[in-house]
Amino acid sequence: MAKYLLLKHYRGAPASVNDVPMDRWAPEEITAHIGYMNDFADRLRETGEYVDSQALAPEGAWVQYGGEGRPPVTDGPFAETKDLIAGWMVIDVDSYDRAVELAGELSAAPGAGGEPIHEWLELRPFLTEPPTVTE
Amino acid sequence: MDETVLRGIVPGVITVLVRRGADFAAAEDAVQEALAETVRERPGGEEPVRDAKGWLITVAWRKFLDATRADSARRAREERVEGQPVPGPVPAADDSLQLYFLCAHPSLTPASAVALTLRAVGGLTTRQIAEAYLVPEATMAQRISRAKRTVAGVRLDRPGEVATVLRVLYLVFNEGYSGEVDLVAEAIRLTRQLAARVDHPEVAGLLALMLLHHARRPARTAPDGSLVPLAEQDRSRWDTGAIAEGVRILQAALARDRLGEYQAQAAIAALHADAPRAEETDWPQIVEWYDELARLTDNPVVRLNRAVAVGEADGPRAGLAALAEVDESVPRHTAVAAHLHERDGDLAKAARLYAEAAHQASGLAERDHLTRRAARLNARLR
Repeated sequence: MAKYLLLKHYRGAPASVNDVPMDRWAPEEITAHIGYMNDFADRLRETGEYVDSQALAPEGAWVQYGGEGRPPVTDGPFAETKDLIAGWMVIDVDSYDRAVELAGELSAAPGAGGEPIHEWLELRPFLTEPPTVTE
Repeated sequence: MDETVLRGIVPGVITVLVRRGADFAAAEDAVQEALAETVRERPGGEEPVRDAKGWLITVAWRKFLDATRADSARRAREERVEGQPVPGPVPAADDSLQLYFLCAHPSLTPASAVALTLRAVGGLTTRQIAEAYLVPEATMAQRISRAKRTVAGVRLDRPGEVATVLRVLYLVFNEGYSGEVDLVAEAIRLTRQLAARVDHPEVAGLLALMLLHHARRPARTAPDGSLVPLAEQDRSRWDTGAIAEGVRILQAALARDRLGEYQAQAAIAALHADAPRAEETDWPQIVEWYDELARLTDNPVVRLNRAVAVGEADGPRAGLAALAEVDESVPRHTAVAAHLHERDGDLAKAARLYAEAAHQASGLAERDHLTRRAARLNARLR
């Protein structure tokens, strides 16, 4: 088994096919979208492939060590930041192919007009523990 | 009562319940419940029950009947079950081997087979298995119940393929994290149990392989958790008892002249174990075993590891020539290339390749190790 992170970005990837901001959707389209995401997670719980999912607030602070005896420095948002992470899901699957299949399904979540958003999701493998057999 | 002892009798108890008419899924649930109750009510240190197996059967059978009665939709089965004779003495012979086959059934995905084996054959709880694979308990519970549904129609009375069982046990051994339960030790326990039930040189080969690798575990990681490569390990920390047992089991298996990939892999591990110092390793013989292994399996990792051995036996140039025959997409290809170039004296190239290999590494400890190698060479080059 291998764990993968499905990372959902607001920025940083090419625009999705159905690229209408959520606040321009019909209310029932938003409900349908959220329902699709919840159903997707439920299906993964049912197949025994679900690990975790979290959504993040869009705005955050940048924090840096302030030096000996000083409080941490907070700053930002920085204008040059191109990326923004909306949230993630962690899955535990038998193969890379299965991970790609699931990411594709998640990207098919409906948006404006009930049509799939086709958004780009980033798929990143977790680094693993070393195997016991080494040669 | 000792939990490991109790867990050791789990497959036998499930088998008895199935023979009395319970279906596998219900029997397995009943035994888990009985086990939990036993561990809860009789914590370790108390006087042992004289006939632990008979006792667990009694408790599990009662759990099974309770569950069956509670489920009115299963009335038909209840009638059938209650028509069975009152449980008598337990047969001494253990026919739980079939459970190994069922839990490793080819219709299961590797992850499902691993989970089901650890629960039904290993007697671990869902929580312990979930913790060992770092997934939520609910996810592991689903994985196990789906696996049970998948094998629901499989008859328990005929043997399956030993190879599928060995693959599952190897996976448990090779990819276990250390949580509350040490999966490496658990894999050895289950393989040992299997070896006692089935006479097959590859089962012995896998057990030998596990013991020989497990023997090195104390020397494999530094106190800070970083990996120590084989050549740099403190061999005085190897477990000589495990090595002796592994070698003995392997020799008996090899004498039967039915070579398989686990025996060949164990032979390579035994040759490493046999060298008091890394410089005394019999690399030419290891290369021969890799040739043997390559004939038995088409796994490209074997050819990659063979290139390492050739590099040691005939020099880095020969190793690089052997490496050139291996597909570059095989994991750790770049790391092996880095090592061989380092030994060949091309430190700049080796440093670059180590950094590249670190970038490609699939494991955290491996990545850190490769990064350190690159940093060490770069420091020397400055």
